[in-house]
Amino acid sequence: MPRHSRYRRSAIGIVVLTAALAAACGGPGSSSTQSADAGAVLTQKPTCGTDPVTLSGYFETGFPMTKALTDEFSKQFPNVKWDIREDQFAVITQNAPRMLADDPPDLMRLPQVSELVKDNLLRNLDGYAGVFGWNSWPASQLEQLRMKPGGGARGAGSLFAMGLNFSITGVFYNKTLAARIGMTTPPATLVEFDAALAKAKQAGITPIVQFNGGATGGFAFPLQNLMAAYGQPGPINDWIFQKPGATIDTPPNQKAAQHLQDWIKAGYFTADANAMDYAKMMSEFQAGGGLFMFNGDWESGNLDKQMAGKVGFFPLPTEQGGKVVTMSAPLTVGIAAKAKHADCAAFFLNWVATNADARRIAVQVGGSHPMGPADAPMPQIEQGTVTAATLAAGARIAQDNGAMDFIANATGSIYAKSWTPQLQKLFAGQQTPQGLLQSVQSDYKTQVGS
Amino acid sequence: MAGATLTPSAERTEVRPKGAKATGRAPRHGQRWIGWLFAAPAIAVYTVFVLAPMVQTVRYSFYQWDGIGSSPWVGFANYVRVFTDPELVGTIVHAFELIVFFSGIPVLLGLAIAATIRRIATSRLAAVARAVLFIPQVIPLVAAGIAWTWLLSSDGLVNQLLSAIGLGGVTRAWLGDFATALPAVGVIGAWVLLGLCTLLLLAGMSKIDPALYEAGRLDGAGPLREFFSITVPNLRQEIGVCVTVTVIAALASFDIIYIATQGGPGNTTMVPGLEIYYRAFVERQVGVASALGVVLVVLVLVCVLPIQRLTREES
Repeated sequence: MPRHSRYRRSAIGIVVLTAALAAACGGPGSSSTQSADAGAVLTQKPTCGTDPVTLSGYFETGFPMTKALTDEFSKQFPNVKWDIREDQFAVITQNAPRMLADDPPDLMRLPQVSELVKDNLLRNLDGYAGVFGWNSWPASQLEQLRMKPGGGARGAGSLFAMGLNFSITGVFYNKTLAARIGMTTPPATLVEFDAALAKAKQAGITPIVQFNGGATGGFAFPLQNLMAAYGQPGPINDWIFQKPGATIDTPPNQKAAQHLQDWIKAGYFTADANAMDYAKMMSEFQAGGGLFMFNGDWESGNLDKQMAGKVGFFPLPTEQGGKVVTMSAPLTVGIAAKAKHADCAAFFLNWVATNADARRIAVQVGGSHPMGPADAPMPQIEQGTVTAATLAAGARIAQDNGAMDFIANATGSIYAKSWTPQLQKLFAGQQTPQGLLQSVQSDYKTQVGS
Repeated sequence: MAGATLTPSAERTEVRPKGAKATGRAPRHGQRWIGWLFAAPAIAVYTVFVLAPMVQTVRYSFYQWDGIGSSPWVGFANYVRVFTDPELVGTIVHAFELIVFFSGIPVLLGLAIAATIRRIATSRLAAVARAVLFIPQVIPLVAAGIAWTWLLSSDGLVNQLLSAIGLGGVTRAWLGDFATALPAVGVIGAWVLLGLCTLLLLAGMSKIDPALYEAGRLDGAGPLREFFSITVPNLRQEIGVCVTVTVIAALASFDIIYIATQGGPGNTTMVPGLEIYYRAFVERQVGVASALGVVLVVLVLVCVLPIQRLTREES
């Protein structure tokens, strides 16, 4: 008996203690003060000096470009050494806030910046932008990285990150299979593209290899390309940047979702798209398993190596053809608010965009268009390669001002928790095009509101 | 007063090592303190790595927090959300559906297999069967998960076999189909846990007195009767352990699903473990994730404690 009651007493004690602890100490985390960091006004261009400096970097695994860039930088500026840590992008995304708060690197590959800016974890780069002249570059290059200090809509305001280059997305095609259906040049209008899909289907070729499995629904690529084909990039960007009152459920987007459903119903996608991940899509496409694939130019270098001369690229044409609009995003890198060598890091970012060797690396190793002024010299690229095709498309988009951010970047969880399940349902015939947009919009509202 | 109570015990602890000369009462008290001393390192580790995080989780569950910034107190709002948000409720329902595959199949099939192996215990086949069945426990779950995604893909071995025997009509991407994804994940779990259950039950069977079987046989019992009247009742405790372990595995499942489907397609395989991970690290809703974690612990206890009581009472 006494033993029993003692146990009971201690059990009650633990519960009371827990409750007391929970109630007594305040909430976890720091109370966020509105940032006053407006970006120091600089009068001189910062440099890395002449004393030995070790820059710390946290970059993405599997991208040889950062290694090539940092090596080249050390070659040109021997006093700079690097302390680099690499992880998968998903790992970086999850760890970004903690890393920036607890162990701030000088340079870090970043996911979408808005939540990081809200928590005051990133250095305001306005001072550097002013003194280095970044503001005179084509505005669309840096638009996605601008925000009001302390949070708010993206797309305007202070600069909080930079790009190492900028990627564009579009349609890759297998030239061997294209020849079989008599397609010798990329389609110029959406109608021509539809005709090519139908011909491929008739010829027994899988028209589109596209992943849509797991937590990343790859159908967001064709969907957003179709949105651009039917509408303007402006309203889509407004929605992604969380401008007040923006909606994704617009008439052009409804047409786009409807068009995507027509493709699904016509059987243009691989039958197991909902079980296919990104890696499997790449191996299927490289094995000649399909005519088209919606993807980005980060694969250009890879495809030039694996299927040399056999792959082409074009941005999805609009309804009537003409102006080119597609998703384009900088390979985002930021400087931690508490970085030790912010000036040197900023100097490096400017060097990446303006130094001829660095620009060559951005193209040859990275496969994407370098950042920087519109008239900066472009490195030579062998004609007929995918890289040449994506670079040309990148230049076209800059000219047409047709760049937009990716609909998956609107909030931290919109991709995994809204677009992906909804697109998987659309593919399985369990969701309508209207329902898809309505569901995503309602999720978006709760996420932005909270 | 405090000094008075402290001194004797200190004396006693000093007396203790000298052993035999201590008085009858003193060592019993001293022993207790020595015991605590020996347990102290373990208690410290347990407190820091188990108890403190648990208390922290309970604490976080009352706040709305993104992991870094400020955190307003929201009372029980996170818990209300766990039980009203259809997505969160859905994950709990999926976890209970998985119990059928993670517990039901391994325990029932394990019983049948163990009984069969016991009957052929001396043959080489029994040793081979034991090894084969236990392999899933040895293979890292991640490797097993990847192998299964290949088997179950649209051109994988499962579909090839189905086509070969004329069932081409039912082939599909099992893990990518809304109707079959959860059962398919369940089958992977059953495969993993079957070996563990079989081995546990086999060990239990070896403890059963052979005289019981002999007596049964003399009374004219067949293999089935032996199984239900001797084997199963004597395995009550082992079955209890199997059910407990597998039910916990079902409710707290994470790795198999993370590898095979990541919760898709369309949330059909989303379970609490995975949802907690997404909420905490992707959506940065630490409060809701913590609340779901607390609810999950309570759910596991509510399911497991009655099983423990049921299987222990009559032994």
